[in-house]
Amino acid sequence: EEHGQGYTSVEQVRLLDRFSNKSTNGTLYLTATHLIFVESSSNNSTSILHHHIASVEKLSLTTTGCPLVIQCRNFRVVHFVVQRERDCHDIYSSLLRLLRPVSYEELYAFSYNPKQNDQQREEGWQLIDLGAEFERMGVPCDQWQLTDVNRDYKVCETYPRDLYVPITASKPIIVGSSKFRSKGRFPVLTYFYQEKKAAVCRCSQPLSGFSARCLEDESLLQAISKANHNSRFVYVMDTRPKLNALANRAAGKGYENEDNYSNIRFQFVGIENIHVMRTSLQKLLEVIGTRSLNMSDYLVGLESSGWLRHIKAVVDAAIFLTKAVTVEGASVLVHCSDGWDRTAQVCSLGALLMDPYYRTMKGFMVLIEKDWISFGHKFADRCDQLDGDPKEVSPIFTQFLECVWQLTEQFPQAFEFSEWFLLQIHEHVHSCQYGNFLGNNQRQREELQLRERTHSLWAFLMSEKQNYLNPFYSPAYSEVHPVLAPSTLPYNFKFWRNMYHQFDRSMHPRQSILKAILTLRDNSRNAESTLQALESVTAPPAWCDPHRDL
Amino acid sequence: MEFAELIKTPRVDGVVLHRPFMPTVEGTLCLTGHHLILSSRQDNTEELWLLHSNIDSIEKRFVGSLGTIIVKCKDLRVIQLDIPGMEECLNIASSIEALSTLDSVSLMYPFFYRPMFEVIEDGWNSFLPEDAFKDLESMTDEWRLSDVNKDFSVCPSYPPLVAVPKDIDDDTLRKAATFRHSGRFPVLSYYHKKNGMVMMRSGQPLTGTNGRRCKEDEKLINATLRPGKRGYIIDTRTINVAQQAKARGGGFESEANYPQWRRIHKALERSNVLQESLIKLVEACNDQSHSMDRWLSKLEASSWQTHVKEILTTACLAAQCIDREGASVLVHGTEGTDSTLQVTSLAQIILDPACRTIRGFQGLVEREWLQAGHPFQQRCAQSAYSNSKPRQESPVFLLFLDCVWQILRQFPCSFEFSESFLVLLFEHAYASQFGTFLGNSTAERTRLSLPEKTVSLWSWVNRPQELERLTNPLYEANSLVIWPSVAPQSLLLWEGVFLRWNRSSRCLDEAYEEMVHIIEYNKELQNKVNSLRRQLAQLETEDPLLQTP
Repeated sequence: EEHGQGYTSVEQVRLLDRFSNKSTNGTLYLTATHLIFVESSSNNSTSILHHHIASVEKLSLTTTGCPLVIQCRNFRVVHFVVQRERDCHDIYSSLLRLLRPVSYEELYAFSYNPKQNDQQREEGWQLIDLGAEFERMGVPCDQWQLTDVNRDYKVCETYPRDLYVPITASKPIIVGSSKFRSKGRFPVLTYFYQEKKAAVCRCSQPLSGFSARCLEDESLLQAISKANHNSRFVYVMDTRPKLNALANRAAGKGYENEDNYSNIRFQFVGIENIHVMRTSLQKLLEVIGTRSLNMSDYLVGLESSGWLRHIKAVVDAAIFLTKAVTVEGASVLVHCSDGWDRTAQVCSLGALLMDPYYRTMKGFMVLIEKDWISFGHKFADRCDQLDGDPKEVSPIFTQFLECVWQLTEQFPQAFEFSEWFLLQIHEHVHSCQYGNFLGNNQRQREELQLRERTHSLWAFLMSEKQNYLNPFYSPAYSEVHPVLAPSTLPYNFKFWRNMYHQFDRSMHPRQSILKAILTLRDNSRNAESTLQALESVTAPPAWCDPHRDL
Repeated sequence: MEFAELIKTPRVDGVVLHRPFMPTVEGTLCLTGHHLILSSRQDNTEELWLLHSNIDSIEKRFVGSLGTIIVKCKDLRVIQLDIPGMEECLNIASSIEALSTLDSVSLMYPFFYRPMFEVIEDGWNSFLPEDAFKDLESMTDEWRLSDVNKDFSVCPSYPPLVAVPKDIDDDTLRKAATFRHSGRFPVLSYYHKKNGMVMMRSGQPLTGTNGRRCKEDEKLINATLRPGKRGYIIDTRTINVAQQAKARGGGFESEANYPQWRRIHKALERSNVLQESLIKLVEACNDQSHSMDRWLSKLEASSWQTHVKEILTTACLAAQCIDREGASVLVHGTEGTDSTLQVTSLAQIILDPACRTIRGFQGLVEREWLQAGHPFQQRCAQSAYSNSKPRQESPVFLLFLDCVWQILRQFPCSFEFSESFLVLLFEHAYASQFGTFLGNSTAERTRLSLPEKTVSLWSWVNRPQELERLTNPLYEANSLVIWPSVAPQSLLLWEGVFLRWNRSSRCLDEAYEEMVHIIEYNKELQNKVNSLRRQLAQLETEDPLLQTP
C-alpha cells in the first residue's frame, strides 16, 4: 500500500523473538530512512535505520507466511513473517535497493535535520579541536613542530593537513620518507607523553622489500629518536604477526631492517589482519545466534571464533606501548601495513592507558577524532557505508570499543563514561546520521563539505552527556593512577553481552546496577535542590535571630 | 587423644608467609590444636589465622635447609610458608597433615570454640520446623505436621517433623517410606501462596525391575493434587539413568500407576562428576598461562558452567510448572539429597521473595539443605585441591550457591543479601568454628548434641554488625517471581569464589565503596528533606502564608 506521505505499509506482520517462541503482531512501515514495526497491541515500535541493515534474507514460504530476516550492523537481528508473499517481496526488494547506497549524498546525514541553525551546527563541529589537543599534550615544543608539508594533501592524501614532526626533520626528509612508506604514510607524532618527553608516532610499513632502504626514512627515525633525550633508542612496533610482515616483503613492502636504522628496537606484536577479524566476528555471531545454545557449544564457539584472543592481542599490544613510553621513557613508532587499522587500535588504546584525559567523555571524543577520523581509518570501507568491496569491511573500530569496555570492567572508577556511551558511538558509526564518520579520510570529508552539510555526533552526545555518565567515576582515582596497568590474563576478558545482544532483551539482566545508581544520583540532585528551597523557607529570617550581630 | 601428640614443633621463628597480591610477612609460626597462626608481632601487619580444617592439601619443597610448605585451602586460597630448618619444616608439615584430617567429628574446632560475642538469639532455635509450619498454617489448612519420624526410624535423613497432606495418616507415611530410597517419602518443600500449588521432594521410588508399586505412595502424592488437575514429577536423572536404577532396586513412577502425573527427566550430574568438574575448574583458574584458547578450552572441559546452566534450567522448569502451569510438582533424583535439593531450593529463590532476604535465605538453607538431609560432612570433607581419592565429596552446595549468585547478578536489587553472604556460606560449609554444617543429618546433629555443644553460624550472622556487612545496599523488596536468563551468554564465572585469590580486587572494592557512598548520601538527603517537610508542615499550620516548595 503506497501512501501519499512517501511510505509503504504492510499489515498483519509477525515479529518473532530470536531466542524464544514468542511473537508479536503488528504493522510494518517502510519510510525513506527507516523500517518501522508497530505492535498492534501496545503501539510499541521497533525502528530500524536503513543504513543499519547489513543484510536482508527472504526465506522460503511457510504456512504462516513469508519470513524475512534482517541482520543489522548494530547486531540487531529481526525476523518478520509477512502474511502475503507479494508484500514480503515488495519490502525485500525495496530494502535491497535502499541498503546499497552508491553515493554519499544518499546517506541519512545529508537529510537529517535536528532543527539547528547554521551557527549551532558550526559550533557543534568546533567542539573538537585537534590543534588544541596537541597543545594540551605540550606540542609544538622545543623538539616537535607543526609542519605544513601536507597542507594540500600532496604528500599523503589519507593523512590530515596538520601534522607534527621532529624539528630536525626537514621537508626533503619527510617527502623522501613518505615515498618509502606504503600510501605515503610517513612517521608522524600522534601522542606526546610530556612527563618523559616520549613520543608515540605512527606510520605505514616501509617499502623495503628484501633489501631496499631509504636514507630519508632512516633520518626521520633518527630524528624521532633524537627528540627524546630519555632514551637512546626508539621502539618500532610492527603490530602484524611476523609471518604477514615477511610475506609483504615479496610485494616490495615489509618491515624495518634493524641493521639500517641506527637506534631502533624492532618488535612484532602479532595482531591479525582485517580479514581474520571479519571472519572471527562472523563466527562469533553465528555461535551466539544459535537457538537453545548449550554451554559447551558456546564456550567451544567462543574459543574457535578467536574473538577474545584478538581482543586480548590488541590490549597486550597497547600495554607494550604504554610500558615502553611510561616506564622506559622511550619513544615508539607504531605501524602495521597501511597504518590505519591495527595502528589506530594500538595508538589510541595505548594513549587511553597513559592519559586520564582520554578517559573523560570529551577526551574520548578527541581520541577518536585524532587517531581514527583524522588519521584516515577507512570508516566508509570498514563499515560498508556505500555499496563497496565486502572484503574491505571489518570490525576494527568495534574491536577498539570492546577493548575499552574490557578496561572499564577492570577499572570501574577510571572512566567518566559508561558502557552506554560506547554503545551509542558504535550505533552512530554505522547509522550515517552524523557526518563525523562518513568517508575514508579528511580530504574526502572536505570534498563532501560535511561540516557545512551535516551535523556532528560529538555535539549531540555532549548535549546528552547525563545519559552516558559513569556514576562510579572518580577523577581522584585517575590522579593516583594516571597510567592504567590492566591484567591480560585470559579470564579478565569477558563476552560483551550488551554489545552483541544489545537488542535481545531476554538475554539481559532484568535489573541493572548502573541504572539503579544513576536513578539514585538523579534523586540526590533533586533532593539537594528541594533541600535548599526548604531551608530557605524554614530557616528563620535573619532579623528574627536574636544572636545575630546587626 | 591429645592434640599435643600431633604437634612436634609448636613454634618456629623466622617464617616467611607469601600470599598473592599481599606483601610478604615474616614472623613466628605457631601450631595449636585447630589453628595455624603466623604472627609478625608488629602493629599494622595482618596476621594469619588458618583453621586446620580449612586445609585441603599441602606440598613441601626443600632448597638446602630452607623448607617451603605450600598450603592449599578449601576456600581455594593458596599460600606459601618458607620455614628455616629442615626438621622444623617436616614436623610442621606432618602436624598440619594430621590435624587437617582428623577423623572424629567431636575433635573438630566447633566443639572447642567459645564465642567472643554475645549471643542475642540462639541460631539453633531460629529455624525450627514447627515455626515454619506456623507460617504454612496461616496460608492453608491442607497440611499437617507429622512426627512420624520423631526417633528418626522412618527416615534417618529427615528431621523429626515433616509437613504432609492433612488426610494422610502416619501409617500411610510409614508404608510410603518403605517404597522410597532411604525412606525419603514425599514431603512438602514449598507452598506457593499465589495459587496454592506445592512442590514436594522425595527419594526415588523403589520399583525395581518387576515394577513394584505402592498404593500408599500413590495416595500420598495424589492427595496434593486438586480435583481434575495433573502434577509434574521432575526426575533429575535422564531416562536412561533412571531405567538403570531399576536394576539396583530403584526406579521411577510409571505412567500406569501415576496416571495423574507427567514425568519430566532432566540431566543433572551426580556427585563424583561434580567433584571432578570443580577440580578441573579450579585448575583452569589457577593456570597463569596467557593463552586465551587454553583458558576457554579448559573452562569448557571443566563443565562447571554447564552444570550451573542445567541446574538453573531445571529449577526454572519446576518454578514454571508451579507458577505458570498452576500444577504441583514432585522433585527427586536417586537419593533425593543432592540434585533434588538444588532444584527445590533454587525454585524457591525464583518464586518466593521471602527467600531473597537474609533471614529467609538462612531459613531456606536450614529447611532445604540442613534439615532435608544434605550430607554436608561427606560432601564438604575435601575441596578442589585434595590429593586423596574422593569418596563422597562433591560441591553440590557450592553449585547451588553459584546458581544463586547468577540470579543475584541478574536481579541485583532483589536480594537483601550481597555476594559476600554466599561466599561466607561457602567458606563455612567447608571449614568453620560453628557447628551448623557438621554432621550429615538432623539425626547425626542430635546425636552429636551440636545445639548444646557448639555455636550456630546463625547466632553469629544475625547480629547487627554482621548483618550490615552482608546486606546488599541496592535491595528493594520485589514481590514478583524472578525469571533468570539461562542462556550461556547470560551466565558468568563466579569470580568472587573462583578468581578471588587470583586477582587484585582493589579496583572493584573501591568502586563498590563508591556505590555504597552514593546510596548512603541519597538516604541521608531524603531523610533531611522529609524532616524539613515535616517541620514546614508544622510551621504552615502556624502560618498559613508559607508555601511548601
